Amino acid sequence: MEEKIWIKAGLTDSEYELLTKHMGREPNTIELALYAQMWSEHCGYTHTRPLFKHFLTTGPRIVQGPGENAGIVDIDDDEVITFKLESHNHPSAIAPFQGAATGVGGIIRDILAMGAYPIASLNSLHFGHPGEQGHTRWLISEVIHGIGEYGNCVGVPTVGGEVRFSNAYKGNPLVNAMCVGFMKKSEIKKAIATGVGNSLMIVGNLTGRDGMGGASFASKDLEEENDEDRGAIQVGDPFMEKLLIEACLEVFKEDYVVGVQDMGAAGILSSSVETASKAGNGVEIDVALVPKREESMRPEEVMISESQERMLLIVKKGMEDKVNKIFHKWDLHAVVIGHVTDDGMYRVLEDGTTVGEVPVWSLMDAPTYILDAVEPPHLKETMAFKNEQVAQPSDLNKVLVRLLSAPDICSKEWVYRQYDHRVQMNTVVKPGSDAAILRIKGRDKGIGLTMDSNGRYCYLNPRRGAQSIVAESARNQVVSGAEPIAITDGLNFGNPEKPEVYYQLEQSIIGISEACRALDTPVIGGNASLYNQTPEFGSIYPTPIIGMTGLVKSLDHITTMEFKDEGDFVILIGETKEELGASEYLDVIHNLVSGDVPELDLALERKAQDYVLDIIRKGLVRSAHDLGDGGLAVALAESCIAGELGANVSLDLDMRADALLFGESQTRFMLSADETSTDRIVEMAAIQGLEAAVIGRVTKAKTIIIHNMDEKLIDISVDECGTAFSTGFDKLMKTDS
Amino acid sequence: MNWGVLLFPGSNCAEDCFHAVDKILGKPVKYLWHKDTDLGDVDAIIIPGGFSYGDHLRPGAIAHLSPAMTAVKEFAAAEGLVIGICNGFQILTESRMLPGSLLQNRGLKFLCQDQSLKVDNADTPFTSEYASGDVVGFPIAHNEGNYYAAPDTIAEMEANGQILFRYCSPDGEVSDGTNPNGSINSIAGIINRTGNVVGMMPHPERSADSVLGLSDGKGVFVSMLKHLEATHG
Repeated sequence: MEEKIWIKAGLTDSEYELLTKHMGREPNTIELALYAQMWSEHCGYTHTRPLFKHFLTTGPRIVQGPGENAGIVDIDDDEVITFKLESHNHPSAIAPFQGAATGVGGIIRDILAMGAYPIASLNSLHFGHPGEQGHTRWLISEVIHGIGEYGNCVGVPTVGGEVRFSNAYKGNPLVNAMCVGFMKKSEIKKAIATGVGNSLMIVGNLTGRDGMGGASFASKDLEEENDEDRGAIQVGDPFMEKLLIEACLEVFKEDYVVGVQDMGAAGILSSSVETASKAGNGVEIDVALVPKREESMRPEEVMISESQERMLLIVKKGMEDKVNKIFHKWDLHAVVIGHVTDDGMYRVLEDGTTVGEVPVWSLMDAPTYILDAVEPPHLKETMAFKNEQVAQPSDLNKVLVRLLSAPDICSKEWVYRQYDHRVQMNTVVKPGSDAAILRIKGRDKGIGLTMDSNGRYCYLNPRRGAQSIVAESARNQVVSGAEPIAITDGLNFGNPEKPEVYYQLEQSIIGISEACRALDTPVIGGNASLYNQTPEFGSIYPTPIIGMTGLVKSLDHITTMEFKDEGDFVILIGETKEELGASEYLDVIHNLVSGDVPELDLALERKAQDYVLDIIRKGLVRSAHDLGDGGLAVALAESCIAGELGANVSLDLDMRADALLFGESQTRFMLSADETSTDRIVEMAAIQGLEAAVIGRVTKAKTIIIHNMDEKLIDISVDECGTAFSTGFDKLMKTDS
Repeated sequence: MNWGVLLFPGSNCAEDCFHAVDKILGKPVKYLWHKDTDLGDVDAIIIPGGFSYGDHLRPGAIAHLSPAMTAVKEFAAAEGLVIGICNGFQILTESRMLPGSLLQNRGLKFLCQDQSLKVDNADTPFTSEYASGDVVGFPIAHNEGNYYAAPDTIAEMEANGQILFRYCSPDGEVSDGTNPNGSINSIAGIINRTGNVVGMMPHPERSADSVLGLSDGKGVFVSMLKHLEATHG
């Protein structure tokens, strides 16, 4: 029996029934294509939308929450930053160079569409362990090359992010890119098609068959047969994007444009539907007017093509020539393809003849699904983990060295030296630190930028794992001297139709929401990428990725992780518990992904962060570092390596040495300070009821010595640690390792 | 004393160079447009870095054919100061205003890092703020920065003091190990025979603003300014 056309298009029987009800008739193939794209998870958020109600989306600094191309936050002085992240996982799995490159290009256009100048990019990458596999190494290399090639050419610095490894991503790597833009409050643009009779102008690249059906491709499992979906991969042209940025920003300076929308997933279709829907208007588009790079494209192909470097402008009637003149200066075209109407219909024409016509509201009204959630069976076993299950290694120096060279922890210089991280001359703290810091030109202030995740944590406890990521992001901001403002979230999960995956999705969203409320960092937008699974390797770890921005109120507050001076005191803020669960140590040293995620008290976290930011702002702190992957010993080693100094510390804790050194107890910070400041730091902690222990001093001798209860646990040269840390990634990428 | 920053489609360090002159030197500066044949009243021209014309064909290969470059050549022939940075250097070699060419880095990858340089010749309008032998730190960010010229050309340039900067270690050692991109004789920046046209891969503008933790590059702009002031009165 022949497959039903709507099933082939990616719609279910009930969805088809619903859309015929909306239309009052059966759709033609063009109309069916419109619904199939707009009602996909990627465009319609069919599975995630009901869960978004958990998010806190407003706050005193929030100028624009979810619902536009990107959210906006206030950074004082009538200046704002806009930011968002987006996934490009499936394209990157098949064509890693183009997949990653166009991911960067797409998110930059989202920022441009807000009227802002893009000032920084970050990315969060997840791969399988390369091991013997040339394929994974090729993926890593190509993704990084693609990000670099695009970002470098377009002139937006790539200033931070993360690269993490687990075999959970072997068949389905994750590529999430974030972009940040800067503008004056008065320059904000919206994605809205107001003013009946106003023109829809397409600007930038020509439209071709590339990226056909990308939105629906992103909304299904990645399978072997997906090689047929190769046509769904877009091809990037960063030079065109650079021209587009310059031309658009020049046009935005004039009063010609009422609305702007990036053409991302589902191209002309989704960009125009969204702008019309917001204004409560209709639109009419004639596909014959769209400048194309290929002959005889069918109307639905023109409508859903995801050719890159295109934007939709809603231009005031009569201003079209003026807009075109500016684009022409940059050797680009700006072409009228339709106009705003008052009948609320989405009308597709071909040479003046209507070929498809559906109500705008119905395209935006994708059905949503609340699915069954069942706790994943593996949690029973992993939650029952006891520290006693693993033996403590005898040589702890060796453990430290192995952790420092482990893929998740080692220096990512191999990666970020391929990215221009200095162009635009705002990068004060460059990649490789807890947070990247950019100055705002002409002001004594800056912004902190981070991107963090921990799939293993969320696999072992989706709710607390997600809380921990938000908390860690905020800690990374705080130790750098920034006050956390807001987040954008990338929800990367497996197939939500599986109850255990839906459970992970729901619990992670709840966890993010709880942490965001506790830390006052609203969610101002984000992205969902579901169906990240392959038949061979199964579902990825549940991987919410948090992109966070913070405000550095004075450049004097900028603090970095490296120890600064011999003789400074080393201070540990927070309580170290005997927690090995979910740690990098268990994974790397014992090859065990088990246990519960470390305890996290969000109220305490908030109090500790406020305190650390306060003492940083008071100028008491010389260096500050978040304790994360690899725990206390790794954090101490990182501060020593970066500062080219040693440290001699002693603790007095009755617990296993491995838990003390490598456990990942939350809400901890490592600071250094001179003697007078140290006294004040300790006093002020006592007032707050926070633990602050002076555990040792920074030494000129480049050795790391850690005692506990008079027993020497670690005694190793900083150079040996430094070599392990700096060569880890090189070793990973060498085919003979 | 007017400065001009030449803007091509794809130039992405133009604003940084503009910032260095405008905010760091505090001198008048304007953009020059690649389609213009008359550059107007300028005393020094900066050809900024970036990816002019998307690096299509070869970095600088299309930009050097633009109308403005004809005017730049005339400006240089009249002893005007011209400095090409990164892609600007590539444009100057493509236009034959400077000898040699810039090949892909020997590591075959784009390279962005803070780099130590040794000042080889401090007796030029671009380097007078330094002393020969000084070690300075400028960022580099390029994929095609591997300088090459024929051996007799190199010998002639060396003999004439046309090498301005060489890649080195933080303590000033020039060796193959401290050469990031494979440039012949570790060459990072050169000057023409007449001493008024410079090309360099490292970015002095990126190390001109001390807020960013780097300030060695300011010397290049100050040197140029002092020369202009001395020669223009």
